[in-house]
Amino acid sequence: MTATSHEATPYPFATAERLSVHPKLTELRREQPVLRVTMPYGGDAWLATRYDDVKTVLADPRFSTNTVGKDVPRPVPLVQTHPSILTMDPPEHSRLRKLVAKAFTARRIERLRPRTQQIVDDLLDTMIAAGSPGNLAESLNWPLPITIICELLGVPFADRERFRRWTDLLLALAGDEEEIRQSRVNLNEYLAGLIAVRRSEPSDDLLGELVTARDSDGRLSEEELVTFGVTLLVAGHETTANQTGNFIYLLLSTPGLWDQLVADPALVPSAVEELLRIVPLGASAGFPRIATEDLELGGQHIAAGDAVVVDMNSANWDESAFERPTEIDLARSENQHVAFGHGIHHCLGAQLARMEMQIAIATLVRRLPTLHLALPAEQVEWRTDRLIRGVRSLPVAW
Amino acid sequence: MTEERWRITVDAGLCIGSAVCVGTVPSHFALKDSHSVPVHEVVEPNEDVLAAAESCPMEAIRVLRVGTDEVLAPEL
Ligand code: HEM
Ligand code: SF4
Repeated sequence: MTATSHEATPYPFATAERLSVHPKLTELRREQPVLRVTMPYGGDAWLATRYDDVKTVLADPRFSTNTVGKDVPRPVPLVQTHPSILTMDPPEHSRLRKLVAKAFTARRIERLRPRTQQIVDDLLDTMIAAGSPGNLAESLNWPLPITIICELLGVPFADRERFRRWTDLLLALAGDEEEIRQSRVNLNEYLAGLIAVRRSEPSDDLLGELVTARDSDGRLSEEELVTFGVTLLVAGHETTANQTGNFIYLLLSTPGLWDQLVADPALVPSAVEELLRIVPLGASAGFPRIATEDLELGGQHIAAGDAVVVDMNSANWDESAFERPTEIDLARSENQHVAFGHGIHHCLGAQLARMEMQIAIATLVRRLPTLHLALPAEQVEWRTDRLIRGVRSLPVAW
Repeated sequence: MTEERWRITVDAGLCIGSAVCVGTVPSHFALKDSHSVPVHEVVEPNEDVLAAAESCPMEAIRVLRVGTDEVLAPEL
């Protein structure tokens, strides 16, 4: 059987609506777990929807993410032009990952807790002083991860308005390609400027460490260094900021959840894991994988060179992996979700993101137990034009 | 001198099953019940095993020199 003998279904199946997961995925997991789909750009791919298959695609070395310079099936308009950690296979991938892994271990992230608590408290002081209602998105969800990643990397927080506009465009599902390309150039030039400064004034932040790894030990190229800086800056705040908004929206709009946390704040860590599982962050499948040899996936023959994409939201709602998958159980104990991916590209910042979201939610629950949406949930506005879902603003009162 | 051998251990209490190690060196790590286990406990020296130990987010992997129990990775 060849790939072309299948009629391909356009994917995503519909524009992502708030935090809903398309019902077709439930049916696919049961009946056609590996489906031929047409991606918005670059042609047809196989879509994996089952938990086990998704994990296989993410962790099995027979799938490569090296798609640099290739017009592969993908959700975003531009072809990858700069090799980044996400588009590298071993051993290049291990070489880069090793350089920064130390800074993101659970142990090192634990040490950032007091500073993170202080940032959250300061941000909430400001919001509370301005009076109820407020916009939690701009008061907390965005400034928190931006402050942290800026401090870790050594990027000036004062530049945030500039780079936010650029990073935002990198996640656009459609739009003016020239403008998106220009944002990428701007971000690269911005990081290159920060790197140049470190060559005359060495610093002990993460960018400084990467510059040393390049200049003293030659462990990465100049292009890799710049791209790594961009990746860390973008990945370090976009997902966490949007996910924090999604989490708080869900907690405040689903009857009983907020009160349960107020009554039992010790549930916050397991609640964050459950929210990671239940909230469909991706508006689409993300980075495509290319099969490097002929293989079988979920009963489907995949030919060498075929592109495979995974729907993580579907995997996280798979009834064969989770009991009562559509139910939000803030105390769920067994929760091996794939919200941070799986395998070599498993999210570098997972421990950091967890810590930030735990502190944000725990502090809100403690300081503002009467927190509620300042308008009916249906009136909260969402962005639908980006790779990941998020609210435009989150009006809250207390 | 006897040939150098390394011992790999994974602390199941720390491992979160991210499979970073499994993807990095599939010949040396496998997932079992959502936790990583070394395929062989004692192995020949292998740079990729050090890379895997250095990349584990939980620092759950230890690579030791057989005989001296010197920790070769991760650097703590
Ligand atoms: C709630 C927040 C976050 C979520 C849901 C998330 C999710 C993910 C996922 C699913 C992947 C794997 C993508 C793939 O395999 O195609 C990934 C990779 C990555 N994430 Fe995150 N992430 C979050 C926060 C962060 C933060 C705070 C950082 C900070 C540095 C970060 C840095 C990275 C990097 C560098 C990679 C690529 C790792 C590699 O290729 O080895 N992420 N993330
Ligand atoms: S990298 Fe570490 S946490 Fe991840 S599976 Fe391997 S041992 Fe477990």
